[in-house]
Amino acid sequence: MSGVTEGVDLARRDVRDALAAYLVAFADDELLIGHRHSEWTGFAPDIESDIALSSIAQDELGHARLLYDHAGTLLSQSPDELAFGRQPAAFRNAILVERPNGDWGYTIVRLFLYDLADQVRLEALASGSHRPLAELAAAVRREEKYHVSYGEQWLRRLAGGSEVSHNRVQEAYNRAWPEAAGLFEPVKGQQTLLEAGVVTGSASGQMGRWQQSVRDVSTDVGLQVPSAGPQGGGRTGRHSEDLQILVDEMTSVWRSDPKAKW
Amino acid sequence: MATSQTLNDQIWMALGTVQDPELPVTVTDLGLIHAVTVDGGRVHVTMIPTFSACPAIDVMRQDIRKTLLNVPGVQTVEVELSFAEPWTMARMTERGRQRLLDHGLSVPFRHAQTPVTCPFCGSTNTVLESPFGTTLCRSIYYCRDCRNPIERFKPPPE
Repeated sequence: MSGVTEGVDLARRDVRDALAAYLVAFADDELLIGHRHSEWTGFAPDIESDIALSSIAQDELGHARLLYDHAGTLLSQSPDELAFGRQPAAFRNAILVERPNGDWGYTIVRLFLYDLADQVRLEALASGSHRPLAELAAAVRREEKYHVSYGEQWLRRLAGGSEVSHNRVQEAYNRAWPEAAGLFEPVKGQQTLLEAGVVTGSASGQMGRWQQSVRDVSTDVGLQVPSAGPQGGGRTGRHSEDLQILVDEMTSVWRSDPKAKW
Repeated sequence: MATSQTLNDQIWMALGTVQDPELPVTVTDLGLIHAVTVDGGRVHVTMIPTFSACPAIDVMRQDIRKTLLNVPGVQTVEVELSFAEPWTMARMTERGRQRLLDHGLSVPFRHAQTPVTCPFCGSTNTVLESPFGTTLCRSIYYCRDCRNPIERFKPPPE
């Protein structure tokens, strides 16, 4: 056996480090988008949206926790330490998910773009060779189909509503698009994982598949897909000031007593 | 081995007393327990959650540990999550389904796709209001006949 777990050579230091980094970045995305969605609890335009965003938030936070669990095993840290015990510069999330919610239009556009990207990313892990992760990714991917259909339904509603709602969604699209493409900025060591078979499909290949699925819906609802290129930085810890504010608030309870048992 | 067979039975009986904290149904009737292995006093339970992000999982894992540690002969208990196969309605027992119906939920059949039935008036003239409900495993429908909102038990998509 000697460190070869379920088809992946975790005895190799470079594979282990790359996997931990990849899972942390993935979990950071899930944690922060979940936190942002949860900010709608009590404030969404109607009660169904309120429940939906709260429910999607709960999904994302739960998925973040499972990913931090796997990463924490490799890094000898607890999920809570990873989620709440790090400085903003140590986060590896894409900038997209740290942005404030803005209006409902931006929230829906971001949710739509994020969850389509998540489907592609989960598929890459589900068809990979690390069995426990592949199984988890397949389960998460199935569950998140509800997010995808929710995002698409609302996008269609807003884009096909009034001129005002259409324009606001288009504006949100222009703003979110480059940072959404930043979700596919490679994490340090991602190439090693590709070669080891833990993820299938290069980052650029994944981005291409995502762009196609976004285009399919956008064309149908008359939204222009922006031409701007990807805006990265998050995967190397270069974040916006929005992250500092978010992390300060999100971690305040944990920091007040890190050893507390709940 | 007669003794470990008995212990195994006792463990399954004990598992049958552990409730889901969000629903009036036991973990065995919900079909969450995939396998139990007993090695001397060491018990290993594999659990298949309905939704991987369900916040009740931790509570149930703790309750399973606590309950099984009270079974004479059990020394250690490990409860592991498994995603190797998806949780589907077929895993729920008929008694579990009946409990959820008694609780006032609309519940899909275990082996067939059928229209959503209103738990109040029995009508199938119902419409989906929102795929998201008060817990991850519930959606909200509306009955067009008796005009009540309906909570529907929602399995993960296949």
